[in-house]
Amino acid sequence: MTALWIAVLLSSVACFALKLAGHLLPRHWLAEPRVARTAALVTVALLAALVAVQTATDGGRLVLDARVPALAVAAVALALRAPFILVVVLAAVTAAGLRLLGMP
Amino acid sequence: MPRVVRVNLADPLRAARRQAVSVSVATGLYGVSFGALSVASGLDVAQTMALSLLLFSGGSQFALIGVVGAGGAVGAAVASAALLGARNALYGAQLAPLLALPTSRLLPAAQLTIDESTAVATAQPTRAAARVGFWWTGAGIWVLWNLFTLVGALAGDRLGDPRRYGLDAAAAAAFLALVWPRLGGPQGRTARLVAAGAVLVALATTPVLPAGVPVLLAAGVAVLVGVLAPALPPTGPVNDDEARPAPADTARGTGEGGTT
Repeated sequence: MTALWIAVLLSSVACFALKLAGHLLPRHWLAEPRVARTAALVTVALLAALVAVQTATDGGRLVLDARVPALAVAAVALALRAPFILVVVLAAVTAAGLRLLGMP
Repeated sequence: MPRVVRVNLADPLRAARRQAVSVSVATGLYGVSFGALSVASGLDVAQTMALSLLLFSGGSQFALIGVVGAGGAVGAAVASAALLGARNALYGAQLAPLLALPTSRLLPAAQLTIDESTAVATAQPTRAAARVGFWWTGAGIWVLWNLFTLVGALAGDRLGDPRRYGLDAAAAAAFLALVWPRLGGPQGRTARLVAAGAVLVALATTPVLPAGVPVLLAAGVAVLVGVLAPALPPTGPVNDDEARPAPADTARGTGEGGTT
C-alpha cells in the first residue's frame, strides 16, 4: 500500500473516531468551555497556517509570486460575501492571468 | 430517514427540509474545487473519492491534500486532518442530547456530523425538526459533495500542470474561505490574533522544518492561547454550553461556506 493510501485511510479512521466519540462520550467532558474554545482556536490556527504555507512557500522556501495577488482578490471577494466557489475561481483566474503576463 | 411526528409539526419540518436542501446544494457544489485540487496535489481519483466518501469533512480533506501537496510526511498529513476534525467531536456532543437517536442510528449519524448538519439541526425549534434538519443536511451534502468531488477530480485529471490554471492559488483561497467566517465580529478578536500568530509561526519555520510540521506547530499557538487565557470569550461556531447556538452563529456557519 502506498504512503498516500495510508494517509487517506488513517485520516478517515481518525476523523470518524472523533465524530463518534462526540456522540458517545459523557457530555460534560466536552462541555468544558476551555475545551470548546481551544478546539475552535486550533481550527483557526491550522487553516490560517495552511493559507500562509499554500500562498507564500514552495518546497521549503518562502516565495512571493502570483499567488499573493490572487489571495488578495479572494479576500476582497470574501469581504463582499461572494460564495465559496466564486472565491476559489477568482483566485485561480487571477493567478493564471498574471502568470500568462509573465509573473512567476 | 427518522420517524418523525408529523401532526401539528408540518411547518417546522418543511422549513427544516428547505433549509437543509439549500445548504446541501451550496456546500455540495464546492466539492468540485476539492476534487480538482486533490488530483492537482498528487492524489489519484480513487484516493480523492475515498476522502470524500470516508473522511467526509471538508476542512480535514483540504488540510490533508495541502500537506501532501507540499511534500509533507504521512504523519503530518494525518495529524493535520485529525486536529481539524477534532471540532466534529464537539458537534457530536451538542447533537447527542438534541437528536436523542437510537443506538442503531449512531454510526451513520456520526459520519454525517459536520459543520453544516450541526448548524442546521441546532437552529430548529423542535426535536423533530432538528432530526429532519440533521439527516437531510448531512445526507444531502454527503451525496452532492461526493458527486461534485468526482466531477472535479475527473476534470482536474485532464488539466495537466496545476500552476498554469492557478490551482495552487485556488487552494490558498479555499483555506482562506474556510477560515474567514471564524474571524469576524467582536468575538473573533482572539481568533484573529491566533490566526496572525499561526501565519507567523508557519512562515518562520517553513525554511527550517520538514513540510507539514510548520502547520502543526502553528496549531500549538492555538492550544497555548486556548488553555492559558481563561477570561477570553469563546470563538467560532461552537458554543460552549448551549445545545442550540444563537441564530447569528448558525447563519455564519451555513451561509458563508463553513468547513464541511
